[in-house]
Amino acid sequence: MIPHARDDRPLVQFMSESIPEAGRPVISVTDLRVNYGEREILHGISFDVERGETLVILGGSGSGKSTLLRTLVGLEKPSGGAVWIRGVNIAQASAREMDEIRKKMGVSFQGGALFGSMTVGDNVALPLREHTRLEESTIEIMVRIKLEQVGLASFEDFMPSQLSGGMKKRAAVARALALDPEILFFDEPSAGLDPIIAAGIDELILELKKAYAMSMVVVTHELASAFLIADRMLLIDRGSVIAMGAKKELADSTNPRVRQFLDRVPEPQVEDELNYLQMLTEDRKPRH
Amino acid sequence: MKAAEKVAAVPDRVGLETLKGLAYIGGLARLAAEAAYITLVGPFRGQRLRPQRAFHQAMAVGVRAIPIVSLISFFVGLIMALQSAYELQRLGAIQFVADAVAISIVRELGPLITAIIVIGRSGSAFAAEIGTMKVTEEVDALETMAVPPVAFLVAPKFLAMLVMVPCLTIWADFMGVMGGCLFGVAGANFTFVSYLKATSDALVLHDISTGLAKSALFSVVITAVGCQEGFSTGAGAEEIGRSTTAAVVNSIFLVILVDLVFTTLFYITNRV
Repeated sequence: MIPHARDDRPLVQFMSESIPEAGRPVISVTDLRVNYGEREILHGISFDVERGETLVILGGSGSGKSTLLRTLVGLEKPSGGAVWIRGVNIAQASAREMDEIRKKMGVSFQGGALFGSMTVGDNVALPLREHTRLEESTIEIMVRIKLEQVGLASFEDFMPSQLSGGMKKRAAVARALALDPEILFFDEPSAGLDPIIAAGIDELILELKKAYAMSMVVVTHELASAFLIADRMLLIDRGSVIAMGAKKELADSTNPRVRQFLDRVPEPQVEDELNYLQMLTEDRKPRH
Repeated sequence: MKAAEKVAAVPDRVGLETLKGLAYIGGLARLAAEAAYITLVGPFRGQRLRPQRAFHQAMAVGVRAIPIVSLISFFVGLIMALQSAYELQRLGAIQFVADAVAISIVRELGPLITAIIVIGRSGSAFAAEIGTMKVTEEVDALETMAVPPVAFLVAPKFLAMLVMVPCLTIWADFMGVMGGCLFGVAGANFTFVSYLKATSDALVLHDISTGLAKSALFSVVITAVGCQEGFSTGAGAEEIGRSTTAAVVNSIFLVILVDLVFTTLFYITNRV
């Protein structure tokens, strides 16, 4: 990991054009805090994602991993800390800056989030039609290429409702790839899929990594999938990072919460609603 | 809670509900203003208008509503003629039935009935469509693709409604007059031509323009409420039902409120 001083961020932003792209992380999250109303969901999370790296964010249900992903792609506003993407703090970015960053990122949502009223081809073509001045014939060729890359070459004219769960996720990846992004985000890519289809999605992620060398952030709770696709892993529990490192480091961790997650030890029964909410959002990290 | 405490809490609740209502109307105004800017000013500043989406919406909102608007307006015109004939006959003024139907339909009932049909067909559909997109993360997907949801989803609906609702209103006015004409010819000694002549004599341009101005305003209200309710849909399928119901109820209430304000304004300005 490339070391950097946390308090130098505004200077980094100021110098973003002059610092070589290769010299800094693609994503840098520092002391990120996110609130839903009064309740803090993420308690001071910090990590970096390097160029070409696949970071897998692991965590149980309600751990805050989806909130973290939504914050990284700009769908949630942090209540504290910073999310630096390509040298811009997206927590303070203008709408125009945010749009420019979003054109460099692709997001594959849990359910695919394909537009139900459009064909698969039109879904993939949408970012190209919105953000480029390409001829329609060129867009059609690009759509075919993207669909071929995800193994859906002959499904261009299908409606999303005619696709299976795995195919929807592949089509969503094709749409996310439309503008050749530098960063690709996946929200639970294997969720709701049978093991064979899920393995196919893992294989697709590995192929994309090989072909594009892009940075990827994958949020999942599927251990087998995480250990297959990750370069580095980050484990979130109750809104705090409890482990981060290479696959082996995580696998060898002696932290009881990490072991509980990796060894699939069930959580004790929660008695009432208040305890449940406290369990989900309790900050277990010591405050300084 | 004791009765005295309940009574003491009434002003607090009234105040809170009033603030909520004002915030809701503020949200509608902001959404409508943003859609209006994107539709009317945006194209001159290099922003995309997405005419194909607007055309698709115009077909759904306007063209496919013609049969039901025709039928209901025709019946309402006929009912108006029957109701007014009942009183006019007693006064020996049955020849004014065409005037009564024409003025009430063109000034009031045509725009209002059209608005209520459009609320039922399109306002609810806007809320359900956007609400479903919200639940299935399609709205989030638009944002992450740097496609503004208001420009992509609301502006085409806004443009389609702004064009099609006044057009539907003109058609509803015509069908309402035809309903009155049926009674005029069958029960009030009019011929088809003499009924139309009496109708055109009764109306002035101001009546038609007032009705059309109202219908344009109604279209803005219906679009804003339908889309706002869609965007405010929470997680879960039952939320879509809630936002669809809220879109219909709030739209009807606000359309009638706008109608009241508008009609009062016209009344005052015409007296002065």
